[in-house]
Amino acid sequence: MGYFRGFAVTFKKMFERRVTTSYPEQKRDKPARLHGRHVLNRYEDGMEKCIGCELCAGVCPANCIYVRGADNPPDDPVSPGERYGFVYEINYLRCIHCDLCVEACPTEAITESKLFEFSFTNRSDAVYTKDELVVDASTGRPQHLPWEDWRPGEDEHTSAWMRATSPSGDATYTGRVSWSGELGHGVRAPEVGQAGGAAASDDGPDDGPDDGEGPA
Amino acid sequence: MPRIPGIGDTSAILDDGLEGLEHNFVTARVEDLVKWSRARSCWPATFGLACCAIEMMATGAAHYDLARYGMEVFRASPRQADLMIVAGRVSQKMAPILRQIYDQMMEPKWVISMGVCASSGGMFNNYAIVQGVDQVVPVDVYAPGCPPGPETLMHAILTLHGNIQSGELTRRREANAGGAAIHVEPPAPVPSAQPVELGSR
Repeated sequence: MGYFRGFAVTFKKMFERRVTTSYPEQKRDKPARLHGRHVLNRYEDGMEKCIGCELCAGVCPANCIYVRGADNPPDDPVSPGERYGFVYEINYLRCIHCDLCVEACPTEAITESKLFEFSFTNRSDAVYTKDELVVDASTGRPQHLPWEDWRPGEDEHTSAWMRATSPSGDATYTGRVSWSGELGHGVRAPEVGQAGGAAASDDGPDDGPDDGEGPA
Repeated sequence: MPRIPGIGDTSAILDDGLEGLEHNFVTARVEDLVKWSRARSCWPATFGLACCAIEMMATGAAHYDLARYGMEVFRASPRQADLMIVAGRVSQKMAPILRQIYDQMMEPKWVISMGVCASSGGMFNNYAIVQGVDQVVPVDVYAPGCPPGPETLMHAILTLHGNIQSGELTRRREANAGGAAIHVEPPAPVPSAQPVELGSR
């Protein structure tokens, strides 16, 4: 009988639900504050939020951001301010997704989406230019590059980290909207991380191991 | 031609091809079958150097389960490995060891540069860290992130599988002369200074 008692755990686990998430078919739910691939946002009228101030490049600990600002052309301005970023590049072979650029940005121009499933076969793909980072001019959704694995609905979560965090780190300001509207989304509600945020979000922080709907 | 059990009369195979046989066949090119099997039993070598190795272990564990791709055996011996996942920062001192492990692996072999430190040095832009492991070995797929999550690594692995199966890597290697863009020129023959004259003394 000792032989079977040794297999007790094996037999017990055999009839439990599997924990495996079979990745290419389904993705595991992401936490609300996940740092993924960046996007450059637009205001609701389609203007770019980036003003080319290079604060993100200055704060970046990995020196992966390269920004050049230029004066807005008066007849066809790109951003509502005086200047705009006419070169914006992020090297994803350097970026460590620390989100310091999102904290440093004075206009919420750069935020991080929740996309983290991407890989490159050469180095030039890894340097995202401004055309690849900026959200689509008509829908306000991030662009889907061929080496990225976007799933339906994932491109809505482009600034969750910022909206889940108290402004300026002040905990007493929780639950207040202190950000501007985005193209395609409008002024968004706070995330569940804040007090007074959305009670039940579709991308809640429930990332338990039993979440995956693996094959039974 | 005799009658082979299970296949049928093969006497007219030269005239009719496979049509006259009793059973159906699935034909494929040997090259495609080899690529298919290479992509589905791609055993990785352990080359965990830093925190990325934790995520690499998590990818092999139950929640993500690399065994679904036939690569659950992380081989400690490079002779039995097909894929080197360079997980972590490569210091200048580790670089020759990395190259030696790569040289000991059997062809065909592939390299995934996992994480930003292995890919480009990441935030360690200093004298101690190799600024990109592709200076040492040829890298097939780069996985970004610090560290890449298990799904990012699996995305890189699936990208590599697709490239193995489409033969793109083999083509790229021919263009790249086999690795790391390192071209070793054979030594030029040294011209002798003077023709040797025999019997002149």
